[in-house]
Amino acid sequence: MIAQQLLNGLFLGAVYALFAVGYTLVFGVLDILNLAHAAIFTAAAFAAFSLAVGTGMPLPLAFLIAAAMAGIIGILLDRVAFAPLRRRNAGTLVPLISSIGVAIIIGATLRGIYGVDERHFTTGAADTAPVLHLGPAAFTIVELTIFLAAVVLMFVLSWTLRASPLGRRIRAVAEDRVAAALLGVNLERTIAATFFIASSLGGAAGVLTGLEYNSVTLDMGGPIELKGLAIIILGGMGSVTGAVIGGFVIGAVETLATAAGLSEWRDAITFGVMFLILVARPTGFFGKRALRQA
Amino acid sequence: MNALLDFYAKHSQLIDQIGINAILALSLSVSLQAGQLALAQVAFMGIAAYVSTILALNAHWPLAATIVAGVVASTIVAALLAFPVRRLRGVFLAIATIGFGEIVRVFANNLAITGGAEGISGIPNDAGTGVIYASLALVVLALFALSRTRFALAVALVREDEHAARGVGVDVGTVRLLSLALGGAIAGLGGALHAHSSNFITPADFGFATMEQVLVWCVIGGVTSPLGAVLGAALLSILPEVIRVLADYREITNGVILLAVILFVPGGIASLWRRGAVRVRV
Amino acid sequence: MLQLEQVGVSYGGVHALHDVSLRVDTARVLGLIGPNGAGKTTLVNATTGLAPLATGSIALDGARIDGLPTHRIARAGIARTYQNIRLFGVLDVRANLAAGAFARPGRLTEDAARELLERAGIAHVDLAAQASTLPYGDQRRLEIARALAAKPSVVMLDEPAAGMNPSETTRLVETIRAIAASGIAVLLIEHDMALVRAACDSVVVLNFGEVIARGTPAEVARDPVVVEAYLGSGAETLA
Repeated sequence: MIAQQLLNGLFLGAVYALFAVGYTLVFGVLDILNLAHAAIFTAAAFAAFSLAVGTGMPLPLAFLIAAAMAGIIGILLDRVAFAPLRRRNAGTLVPLISSIGVAIIIGATLRGIYGVDERHFTTGAADTAPVLHLGPAAFTIVELTIFLAAVVLMFVLSWTLRASPLGRRIRAVAEDRVAAALLGVNLERTIAATFFIASSLGGAAGVLTGLEYNSVTLDMGGPIELKGLAIIILGGMGSVTGAVIGGFVIGAVETLATAAGLSEWRDAITFGVMFLILVARPTGFFGKRALRQA
Repeated sequence: MNALLDFYAKHSQLIDQIGINAILALSLSVSLQAGQLALAQVAFMGIAAYVSTILALNAHWPLAATIVAGVVASTIVAALLAFPVRRLRGVFLAIATIGFGEIVRVFANNLAITGGAEGISGIPNDAGTGVIYASLALVVLALFALSRTRFALAVALVREDEHAARGVGVDVGTVRLLSLALGGAIAGLGGALHAHSSNFITPADFGFATMEQVLVWCVIGGVTSPLGAVLGAALLSILPEVIRVLADYREITNGVILLAVILFVPGGIASLWRRGAVRVRV
Repeated sequence: MLQLEQVGVSYGGVHALHDVSLRVDTARVLGLIGPNGAGKTTLVNATTGLAPLATGSIALDGARIDGLPTHRIARAGIARTYQNIRLFGVLDVRANLAAGAFARPGRLTEDAARELLERAGIAHVDLAAQASTLPYGDQRRLEIARALAAKPSVVMLDEPAAGMNPSETTRLVETIRAIAASGIAVLLIEHDMALVRAACDSVVVLNFGEVIARGTPAEVARDPVVVEAYLGSGAETLA
C-alpha cells in the first residue's frame, strides 16, 4: 500500500515539479512572482484538447504544439505586462498585480471560447489502458508516459541552464542584470527566452495534468497555482533544483496525507509547512543563489 | 421619490454588495498604504463571518453584538499574524499571507462548527442597507481622521523607505502590526456584514479568488486615499450592471482595466485628480 | 556627547571595525576619514543600531545605546544623513521635515520648517515641492535639514559634500560649523580634505577598521602613517 502511495506521489510530484520550475525560473531571473503561470497552464491544456480531440491530431504532437503555444503566450505576457514596468523601474509588487490582470484576461478568454463545461481527452479509453506493475504498485502506460515526459523536460531545462550559451546568459541576467547588460547580453531577448521556457514548461504541465485526470476545466489551475507557491518556497525562490525537489516532496506529502486519511487537511499541511519555512528561513533550502550555479 | 424607492427595490442586493465590497477594499488599502502586500484579508473576513454567524444562530446574540464579536476575533487573529511575518517583505509577505488564508479556508472546510464545505445557511438577513452604509461611512470617517495623525505619517514613511523611517525614530514593527490589525478589523466588519446580508456562507466565499478581486478594486481605485478603494470597488461592481453588454465580459473587462491602470495610471483612478507630491498633513 | 569605547564589529569572520574608540563633543565637529572600505560607514551603522557590536560600547551623554533598536537610538537624539541620499522622495519637503521631527512632540509649524531650511542653507526651497524633484545639492541639504528637525544632540553626516563643486563645498563648511555652534555634536565623514580642514576641530583616521591617527586636521594631514594609507609611501602630505 505504501509503495503504491509513493509511486502515486512520484507521478504527482513530477507534474508539480514541472509547473513549479517555470514559476521559480521567472522569479529567479526577474524577481517577479508570475501569477499568470497557472492561467497559461490551463490554456495549454485546452489548446491540447482542441488539437487532439477537435482536429484529431496525434497526442504527442498536440502536446508539443500546445506547449510551444504556451511559450509564445509567455513571451506576449512579458511584452504586455512586465516589460513596460521594467522600463520604469516599478519594483516587484507591481508586476505581480499586472500578472493577475493577464491571468484574468486569459481565464476570461478561455471561458469565452470553451464555456464552463468540463472537457475530456478520451472517452473511457484510459480505463482500458494496460496496467503495469512495479512490485506491489500498479500504474498505467499513460501515467508512466506523463511521468517520463515531465522528467525529460526537466532534464532538458537543467541541461539548458547549465551547459548552453542561452542558459549562461539567463543565469547571468539572474545574477546581475546590469552587469550582464554591460557584458553584452541582450537583456530583452534573454528575458523573452526565459519566459518562453518557463511558460512552455508550465503549459506542458497543464497538458500532462489534463491527460492524467482526463479532465480539462477552467479552474484546473487554481489548486496548483497556490501549491506552486508552497513548492517554490520549499525549494527556494529562484532555484530550479529546489523546485524539482520541492515538487516531489509536496507530491509525496499529499499522497501520504491521503493515505493517512488526512486528505481534507492536505492543503493545510502543505501551506503550514510553507508558512513555517517562510517564518524560519525565507530563502528555502536552496535559495536564489542556486539558480546562478544551476 | 417613488422612482428612487423603485430603483432601490430592484437593486438593493447590488447596492448592499457594493457597500460590503467597499469595506473589504478599504481593509486591504490600509495594508497597501503601509507598503505591505498582505493578502490575508479574506481570511479575516471569513473568521469574522463565521464567528458572527455562529453566535447569531447558536447563541442568539443580537446583530450588533455578533458584529462586534466578529470584528474582535478577526482583529486579534490579524494582530497575532503580525508576529511570525514581521521579518517578511514584498513577495514573501504576500505568499505567507496567501498561505495563511488557505490554511484558514481548509479549517473552515473541515470543522463541524463551520458546517464544512457546505457552510452555514439560514443566517438572519438583518444587516440592511442602512447598517452596511453606516458601517462604511464609519470606516471612511475613521480613516480620514487617522490620515491626519502622526500614525499616518509613520505609515507613509514605512512605505516609502523603511530604513530611513527607522532613522527618524519610527517603530516600523509596531506600524506594521497596527496596520495589519486595522486591516483585519475592517475586513472583519465586511465579513460579518456579508454573513448577515446573505442567507448562507461557505468557505468558497473566502478564497484566493475573492482576495484577487479585492486587490483589483484597490489597485484600480488607488490606495493613497480611502476614497480610492471605495471608488474601485463601486466602479467595478456597478460597471457590469449598468452596461448590460459588459456583464458577459465582466471578467475580461476587470483584467483589461487592471492592466490599463497598472500600465498607464499607476496611482489608480483616484490619483487622476491629485497632482504633484503626496501630501501628508501632520 | 557621543562616546565609542573599543568598538568592534564583525561580518562573518571579517573585522569591519576593531578596537575603535572616539568621542564627539558637544558643539564640536569631529572628522572621520580614511580610504574606501576603512569602516567609516560601518561605524555610523553600528552607532545607529544597524550593525551589532561584537565588542565595546557606545554611549550618548553617558547613557549606553548599543544594542538598542535603531528607532530608539534615533529617538535618543542621534540623527544622520546617508551616503546615498535617502529622502522620502515622493513626499514634499515639508513632509520630509515633519518626518525628521517625528519623534518630537507637537506639530512642525511652517515657521519651524522654514527655519530648518534656513539653517541647512536652502531657505529658497518651496515647502510644497516634491523632494525627489529638487536639484541634487538641495536634496543633500534637505537631508541635513531633516536631521536637524529631530533636535538631535548628535548629527552624523555621511559624505554630505559628495558631488558638490568647490563653492558649494565652501558654503557647506559654514552650514556645518553653524550646526555645531548651535550646540550639536557633529561627526563628519568625508573624503574632501579641504572640507575636513575647514570644518573640523579634530579628525580621526580609520584604515582597515582601526584608528591609525588622531589630531587636528593639520596634524593628521602631515602624519606619515596617514599619508601612506591614502597615497602609498613616497608622498609628503595629504592635500
